[in-house]
Amino acid sequence: MISANLSAIFYLISGILFILALRGLSSPDTSRQGNYFGIAGMIIAIVVTFLSVGNFSTSLVYVIIFLMIGGAIGAFIAFKIPMTAMPELVAGFHSLVGLAAVFVAIAAYLNPEAFNLGGIGSIKLASLIEMSIGAAVGAITFSGSIIAFLKLRGLMSGSPITFSGQHFLNLILGIAIFVLIFYLCKTQSDNIFWTLIAISFLVGVLLIIPIGGADMPVVISMLNSYSGWAAAGIGFTLENTALIITGALVGSSGAILSYIMCKAMNRSFVSVILGGFGAVNSLDDTKEKKDQKPVKSGNAEDAAFLMKNASSVIIVPGYGMAVAQAQHALREMVDKLKKNDIKVTYAIHPVAGRMPGHMNVLLAEANVPYDEVFELEDINNDFANSDVAFVIGANDVTNPVAKTDPKSPIFGMPVLDVEKCKSVLFVKRSLSPGYAGIDNELFYKDNTLMLFADAKKMTEDIVKNLD
Amino acid sequence: MEIDPFIFRLSIFILSIFIGYYVVWSVTPSLHTPLMSVTNAISSVIIVGAIIAALAGSSENVFSTSSIFGFIAIILAAVNIFGGFLVTQRMLQMYKKKKGKK
Repeated sequence: MISANLSAIFYLISGILFILALRGLSSPDTSRQGNYFGIAGMIIAIVVTFLSVGNFSTSLVYVIIFLMIGGAIGAFIAFKIPMTAMPELVAGFHSLVGLAAVFVAIAAYLNPEAFNLGGIGSIKLASLIEMSIGAAVGAITFSGSIIAFLKLRGLMSGSPITFSGQHFLNLILGIAIFVLIFYLCKTQSDNIFWTLIAISFLVGVLLIIPIGGADMPVVISMLNSYSGWAAAGIGFTLENTALIITGALVGSSGAILSYIMCKAMNRSFVSVILGGFGAVNSLDDTKEKKDQKPVKSGNAEDAAFLMKNASSVIIVPGYGMAVAQAQHALREMVDKLKKNDIKVTYAIHPVAGRMPGHMNVLLAEANVPYDEVFELEDINNDFANSDVAFVIGANDVTNPVAKTDPKSPIFGMPVLDVEKCKSVLFVKRSLSPGYAGIDNELFYKDNTLMLFADAKKMTEDIVKNLD
Repeated sequence: MEIDPFIFRLSIFILSIFIGYYVVWSVTPSLHTPLMSVTNAISSVIIVGAIIAALAGSSENVFSTSSIFGFIAIILAAVNIFGGFLVTQRMLQMYKKKKGKK
């Protein structure tokens, strides 16, 4: 058994190691080292907890067994999961943190003596507030992440689910949470505690169902942030520095990512959360336009010809590439192009895919060196000097309407200036509008050649034609 | 007058938010996915609460209602810790520079 002061110092050390873990991610070179710092911090925190409780009875055996079971499941998932499934994996993991926070809060509520929080029915006021906030945020994180997981996994429709009075209902439930916390502090009644948790679960569900598929990068980041605040809430209850530091880090990290994602879509955080985007656009209108405007379409042979004669090609990947698992075929194509001395770079829009950095991971998986991959602001000027833009699975993020038509719902969103390239190859299954429900003007430009096919199949065909 | 220890914890919390703010802005956008998975892994340090709850039982009475919640939370958090760090490691291994290619 070690003293409370000593263990507090160790918790501080593990908190610092977690900061270094995030710090390492500032460049891919230092990132692996950062991850080891994180692991070290976690080991220190766990070992110190064992020592500070100092209970080496049968309980400890069970703790270790359960730790192993969970660890084995986690390790299994980590090795088996395909990189394309990363968004739903992260959503799933968030739900576990949320639920763990809820369970720790319940355990503390039922047995406050173990945590030095006072006795049953006479828990310290501050602790009670902290643990009920932790439990409520944890419950929202859990059920919200489950919905996000189901949507990302395709087990639930990705389109927004809205009903009248939705926002009003959310508001009422939100107020109810605060009222319940207030009465819980006054009465310490078990029923209020359980009702609080149940309502928080419900809020999590209601919060995420109206948000559509392509807004998922914001949702995942937001839930990431919530899981942090839940951990911090519990950290205050347990008076644990490691948890408080970590909760604050994770909370602000998720909040920053949400902000970056919202900015990349030129939408306010509030409008994303209120949801329903892309559900009620006038589809008839776009259909009419489609019939009128001519579209040039080509095949793999044409595409291969164009690229062979180019001296520089920029690849613009999007969610469609992930769905079709086309990243390896794409890499093969790029290798062939490079053999012909063609300069190839990749342009990634911040909201391409379903989570922040989604495309980067997929390209990394396909062995694309990270110094060939560029972010929007770093590469956008290069389109004008390039011969071919190869758009694979992206749509709204290339739509020039965002720059020209103030009436368009995506007006003002930063987009890739793909149309400035000498020619644009656009791989897409059909002319259907993208997530925002608006037509992409790019389809009808003179320098655009549409390649109607599955992204993977088309890329493979182009590879054959490059020989 | 003495300062409530809560204020110290609050200070740590707020300073950590600032640290998080600056550290996360310096994360390169291409590593945003590993950032999410690693933050996910470290937030599972909530396992310390689960361990305290689980160890609260005595040798005769390992499983009380409270400790059962603790044990389940241990499993949940452990899935996250192992899963989170390992999947981050797996992702980071894939980020390579041009020179390193075969």
